[in-house]
Amino acid sequence: MSESEGVVDRELTMSRAMVESIAHEMRENEEVFYMGEDVADYGGIFDSTQGLLDEFGRDRIMDVPISETAYLGAAVGAAQEGMRPIAELMFADFFGVAMDQIYNQLAKNTYMSGGNVNVPLVLTAAVGGTYNDAAQHSQTLYGTFAHVPGLKLVVPSTAYDAKGLMHNAIRDDDPVMYLFHKRLMGIGWMPAPDGPKTPVPETDYTIPFGSADVKREGDDVTVVTLGLHVHRALDAAESLAAEGIDAEVVDLRSLVPLDTETVLESVRKTGRLVVVDEDYRSFGVTGEIIARVADRDLDALDAVERVAVPDVPIPYARPMENEVIPDADDIEERVRAVLSAE
Amino acid sequence: MVSVGKMRELYADMVTARYYEERLQEEYLEGKQPAFDISAGPIPGELHLAAGQEAAAAGVCHHLRPDDTVTAPHRPHHVAIAKGVDLKRMTAEIFGRKTGLGKGKGGHMHLFDPDVNFACSGIIAEGCPPAAGAALAAKKRNEDAVAVAFLGEGAIDQGAFLESLNFASVHDLPVVFVVEDNDWAISMPKERVTDVEDGSDRAAGFDMPGVRVDRDDALAVYEAAGEAVGRARDRNGPTLLEVQVHRRMGHFMGDPQAYRSDEDEEAALARDSIDRLESELRDHGVDDDGLAGIREDAEARVEEAIAWAKEQPQPAPEDAHDDVFVNPPSGVTTDEPEFELAEVNGDE
Ligand SMILES: Cc1ncc(C[n+]2csc(CCOP(=O)(O)OP(=O)(O)O)c2C)c(N)n1
Repeated sequence: MSESEGVVDRELTMSRAMVESIAHEMRENEEVFYMGEDVADYGGIFDSTQGLLDEFGRDRIMDVPISETAYLGAAVGAAQEGMRPIAELMFADFFGVAMDQIYNQLAKNTYMSGGNVNVPLVLTAAVGGTYNDAAQHSQTLYGTFAHVPGLKLVVPSTAYDAKGLMHNAIRDDDPVMYLFHKRLMGIGWMPAPDGPKTPVPETDYTIPFGSADVKREGDDVTVVTLGLHVHRALDAAESLAAEGIDAEVVDLRSLVPLDTETVLESVRKTGRLVVVDEDYRSFGVTGEIIARVADRDLDALDAVERVAVPDVPIPYARPMENEVIPDADDIEERVRAVLSAE
Repeated sequence: MVSVGKMRELYADMVTARYYEERLQEEYLEGKQPAFDISAGPIPGELHLAAGQEAAAAGVCHHLRPDDTVTAPHRPHHVAIAKGVDLKRMTAEIFGRKTGLGKGKGGHMHLFDPDVNFACSGIIAEGCPPAAGAALAAKKRNEDAVAVAFLGEGAIDQGAFLESLNFASVHDLPVVFVVEDNDWAISMPKERVTDVEDGSDRAAGFDMPGVRVDRDDALAVYEAAGEAVGRARDRNGPTLLEVQVHRRMGHFMGDPQAYRSDEDEEAALARDSIDRLESELRDHGVDDDGLAGIREDAEARVEEAIAWAKEQPQPAPEDAHDDVFVNPPSGVTTDEPEFELAEVNGDE
């Protein structure tokens, strides 16, 4: 069962939970500050900084010009000085304009300095589609950033996880990319599914990276996923339960580090693996998970399937977007396929 | 002096763009009420409207030919209309239909009409380098086509813009960079993104002419753009042209604009370039009937485009897999069948 269940009465949206942990860390540590586009007066396009300007003022909640190379790079520089910046770019799709600061500086300086320099920086951005905003505003790009050594990569799927992972991210001495799915934030203009709003303790707590969470236990098949697709997998599991199929849903919560053990343990129990990802299929999360399981315990695997975006940019029009972004039906279908693959 | 005939043409494009966006707004809100849901209704996704910016588009694009290239940013409709993009197919694209400019794949921020060399991008300032590239192509081929990149004042801090200015200047490219200064970049007022009041001053750093038109005045824009485009066409290199416009609405539909003062919004509404041009036209003898005639024609054109677009077929789900390449590698499909582990293992 999820760790979050039965902890407290109070329920928060994912964005409120994130903001709560950021505010806590900012109160505790003067060195923590937040920089990004539309994070101050607007409170973040996706409510990721709602209310922080009031408490912390413009020196610590900084709006910046549309100059990603400059401000993401400046965050790297400040972090190397020992500050603890959180830098937000509203959509992960936009990181490309500042890619050098991310994949050559942020990710590599620790290594190239032989560990003498470290970069305690949190980079946040929204990911994901399902609202018809087309190819430049709908990507998840998990694979792109997880591929580069030196970046930790976190993807919460619930308010409880969002808070604990954020505490951890800010306290971590390494660069952490914290990618939140727009559809889970609980913003007014983009209705969320039921799942992400969860009880959240008022006190601070951390969720260690590399600890996948079994969001639903089951005996017949292991569904491994993250972000929005945790909820789609849970929906699929409910429908499948009506057919007598018992699916276990593993929420990875972080890709770097990746909790291979929890995945393996589940696959050893069920023998069947379905990996679900909202990123492009090739060279990505699905291939990586399957490879790790196959590497470590090929015998445990009776059948595998993957569900991901089929290597096309995310199309605008609804019928086509629905076609490429996996939904609960797609997951159910692949689960049935692994079950009949004997 | 701008001729009355030209004034009427500018006015026609401006009222077409304004009316078009009013109608898009209505269509967009359908199905999104009572609780605004961005993915509901006949036009989902974000919608950035350009009400208040029409003078910039009309004033510049009226110097352009179909073989001249325009790149527009995320707020593209007024520019597209002034450049002569096919209104019906553009509308069909915004409604996500199969016969849209991009077969429903691009949507409103990503309109491509190669017939009139129009393209846009939702990534800030990223239209600048391709515009320089179109100008480079014209120069290499010894053609007198020019290129124009439109961007907002919030985009002028972006590397892609500044690098393009330098590149265009060093290579004497026939390109005009048009900055539409609407005072806002989402919630950021201009004075908080730059310490230099006139964006056009940046041109000096690249040894190119920088011109600012600080009124919402289609005629002043038309004249300034005439020089800039003429300079490019005559092979005298690039120009940076900044044009004051106003944002009459939120950044995107659904933006509550809590960050913006009422006075600022009212001031923007009061400075209307369409009103301004109307009074110019009246001064030049165009009466109510004349103005109404132009507006009615524009409205009819818009209604026709919207009606046509709404009758167009939806794309089929499978269409999503086409057009990743124009030359798809044979034997590879984007939805390849899954392999069966049992077969791979050979243990069955
Ligand atoms: C590289 C990049 N960064 C950020 C954004 C998000 N964004 C979209 S529009 C916008 C503001 C643009 O302001 P401006 O250039 O003044 O144009 P306006 O919207 O006012 O027309 C921002 C920050 C983006 N699309 N691309």
